[in-house]
Amino acid sequence: MRWIWIDKFIEFHSGESAVAIKNVTLAEEHLHDHFPGFPVMPESLMIEAMAQTAGILVGEAKSFEEKVILAKIRKAVFFDYVKPGDTLRLQARIDSVTTEAASTTGSITCSDKLIAEIDLIFSHIDKNLAGKKFPQENFVFTDTFKSLLKTFLESTGSAEAKSEQRQ
Amino acid sequence: MAISRDEITTQVKEVLVDALGVDDDEVTSNAALIGDLGAESIDFLDIVFRLEKTFEIKIPREELFPAEGLMNDPELINNGKLTDKGLAKLREKLPFVDLTELEKDPQINKLADAFTVDAIVNFVDYKLNGSS
Repeated sequence: MRWIWIDKFIEFHSGESAVAIKNVTLAEEHLHDHFPGFPVMPESLMIEAMAQTAGILVGEAKSFEEKVILAKIRKAVFFDYVKPGDTLRLQARIDSVTTEAASTTGSITCSDKLIAEIDLIFSHIDKNLAGKKFPQENFVFTDTFKSLLKTFLESTGSAEAKSEQRQ
Repeated sequence: MAISRDEITTQVKEVLVDALGVDDDEVTSNAALIGDLGAESIDFLDIVFRLEKTFEIKIPREELFPAEGLMNDPELINNGKLTDKGLAKLREKLPFVDLTELEKDPQINKLADAFTVDAIVNFVDYKLNGSS
C-alpha cells in the first residue's frame, strides 16, 4: 500500500507545474514526539510532500507509464517552522524531463510565507543506466495515488486524457 | 557567440560543485568524477541537466556517457578488457576524453577514471565551439 502525504491538488498543468495542499494536524502522531511541547513538522516530511507533488507531476507527464522514483535531493533549504494547523502550499515545476529522468524545482509556502525551497531529481527506473529489471506492475502510481488527480485528469489538458483521446 | 575555454571551465566547475557538493578546490582539471569527486550514477543525470541549463545545449545521454551501449558487445570488450576495436570505438564516440592512460591498460573498469573535469570541459567546448 502506498502512503499519501498530500491532501489535494489545486492546480495542475500537465508537464509543467502543479500546486498541492497539505494540511498539518496534531492528529499526526509523530508531532507528539517531534517535539514534546513544541510540535513542528519534520523537514524530511516536507521533502516527502514535495516529492509526491513533483513526482505525480512528472509521472503524469508520461501518462503514468514510467515508474518514477525520487533519485536525488538537489536542494532543500528551510526558512521557518511548520506547526499543527498550518496549511502548506506545495508548488512544483518541471525543469527538464527526458526519457530516463526528470528534474523539478519547488517551493513550500504557508500563508504566503516562504517555508522551504526543494529541488529534486526523479529517475524513470525502467530506463536506468545499469539495465536492472523491475516488476512490470507500476507499483509507484497505484489507483489511490491517481485518485488525487481525478478532477484534473477528466479535463482535456492532461497527458493521460490526451493519450486516451488518441486511443 | 563563442564562449572562451576559461569561461567554460569556470562554469563547469560551478556545475560540479553544486551537483556533487564538493569544495571549489577539489574540482581540479584532472580530478576524476567518480574516483575523486565521489559522483554516483544519478549525479551524472544531475550534471547533464545542469550543463544543459547553464550552457543552453541539449545533451542526449548517449553522447556524453555512451559506454553502456558498448558493455555487452564481445567484439568490443573481452574479459573485462577493451579490444582494439573497442578502443577505436571509444575514440570515435568520445573525442573529448583523453584516453591515453586507458590505452596503456585498457581495462573497462578504468574507463571511469578518464571522465575527469577536463573531459567535461572538452565536451562542452566541443558542443559549443565544435572542437575538442
